[in-house]
Amino acid sequence: MNQVLDVLSWVLLSCGGFFILVGGIGALRMPSFYTRMHAASVTDTMASFLVIGGLILQAGWSLATVKLVAIILFLMLTSPTSSYAVANAALLSGMKPDTKFKANKGGRES
Amino acid sequence: MTILFAVFLLSLLVIIAVAIIRAENLFVALMLTTIFSLLMATNFFILDAADVALTEAAIGAGITTVIFLGALALTSEHEKPFVAVPWLALPVVAVTAALLIFASFDNPRLGDPEAPIHQHVVPWYLEQTPKLVDIPNVVTAILGSFRAFDTLGEVFVIFAACIGVLFLLSARKPSETRCTAPASVGLSQHLIPKVAGRFILPFIILFGFYVQFHGDFGPGGGFQAGAIVATGLILFALLEGEERALRAFPRWIMMAMAAGGALLYALVGVAGIAMGGKFLDYSVLSSDPIAGQHLGILLIEAGVGITVCGSLLLIFHAFAARESF
Amino acid sequence: MNMYTIVLIAILVTMVLAVVRALRGPSVYDRVLAVNMFGTKTVLFLSVVAFLSGRRDFLDLALTYALINFVGVLAILVFVQRRFSVASSAKSED
Repeated sequence: MNQVLDVLSWVLLSCGGFFILVGGIGALRMPSFYTRMHAASVTDTMASFLVIGGLILQAGWSLATVKLVAIILFLMLTSPTSSYAVANAALLSGMKPDTKFKANKGGRES
Repeated sequence: MTILFAVFLLSLLVIIAVAIIRAENLFVALMLTTIFSLLMATNFFILDAADVALTEAAIGAGITTVIFLGALALTSEHEKPFVAVPWLALPVVAVTAALLIFASFDNPRLGDPEAPIHQHVVPWYLEQTPKLVDIPNVVTAILGSFRAFDTLGEVFVIFAACIGVLFLLSARKPSETRCTAPASVGLSQHLIPKVAGRFILPFIILFGFYVQFHGDFGPGGGFQAGAIVATGLILFALLEGEERALRAFPRWIMMAMAAGGALLYALVGVAGIAMGGKFLDYSVLSSDPIAGQHLGILLIEAGVGITVCGSLLLIFHAFAARESF
Repeated sequence: MNMYTIVLIAILVTMVLAVVRALRGPSVYDRVLAVNMFGTKTVLFLSVVAFLSGRRDFLDLALTYALINFVGVLAILVFVQRRFSVASSAKSED
């Protein structure tokens, strides 16, 4: 039983690490602000779910589990909210989403 | 392994620090400062200083950004170009830096048990805390009981700083009182922050009280708790707008909190004298010295928390009021 | 190689990527985004380190960040909204 839990949390933690990395690379390499925003915020929620989930499997039944569940709940609420706030702030300040990709079939007008 | 992580994070810290100095846009500098604070808290945590890390988290996560933004709203976003080259400063800084680097060669190795810091009073604190105060968190015992006089000084420094900020920000010329901006509505038009914020708000306040009363057993205490509760109340002001926040939690309550907490702390000290002991000696507060210590620490931590919460809220609202006339 | 270590390395690399994004910009909001990312990564980093070094009581720190890290970002939205509404009301007065 213990080994099953270990393997399971191994898988969850590795997947979490993978999503974290993908999000980081996306936030660095994507071409415009809103695409970067997308890469960062979507993977953020997924990765924290996986990593904290992996930790919960390791924690067993203890106070640490309760705290981890609280962390995951609050992160799932606050992380999208702050993404919303960032995107809205950018939109309010007049930054328009870059729609030229579609019209130009992938080529970027500058 | 841990040391490797710490060195890695410290080098990131240096990069961020240089970038903050070089940033000309103050908004950018503010964002980098937030990253700096996050890195600092992580470093404190890795080096086992959980109490300090929690303080950095409680202050750095919300309050500093909010107050700096309040200051930024009063000035322009760009730094004024620096015309004169400070020739005198260069040798002064160079010499000081050389002296500091030279002095650092004499520092003991990190974690060396023979280092002076571990030989001086620390063994005494570690040995006497279970006997005299009997709480698991030695940091709280030192700050709240053994060195309560220092902490009293810190509380009054916070109180004085708050009064100073209020003096600076409430000075205004009578001709400037015309209203240019519409009344602040906060985020009441944004549905998602409103719903999420309303859900989170009670948990922030609850967590603040947990940190306040759990300070005897784990990282935490009055200062962190005051900052966390203040963050919660600031969140309310952000969500609902200044006006409603001040109606729900008027300014005179904050002033009473800022002054009353410091007063409570000092009164606990005076009560020690009145009951036949020394200033801030809690052992005489109850028939059992250890119960007296517990009661004293509980009261002074409450005093610290109340003062910090009131002061931070006053400073936030002072900035917000200045902004909207 | 410990499983915690792998996640920690992934988080640290992403922290560096976020710092690079924060330093390069180009717009102010890219930096806000980087700060936001960095905040979440800090929560994860603190939780994993708490497990790696066996100090599970210290999860309070990660919990603090999970709870109040978004207040700063909301404040930025209020700030931008305010600046925008002041600018537009000044424009309509002209």
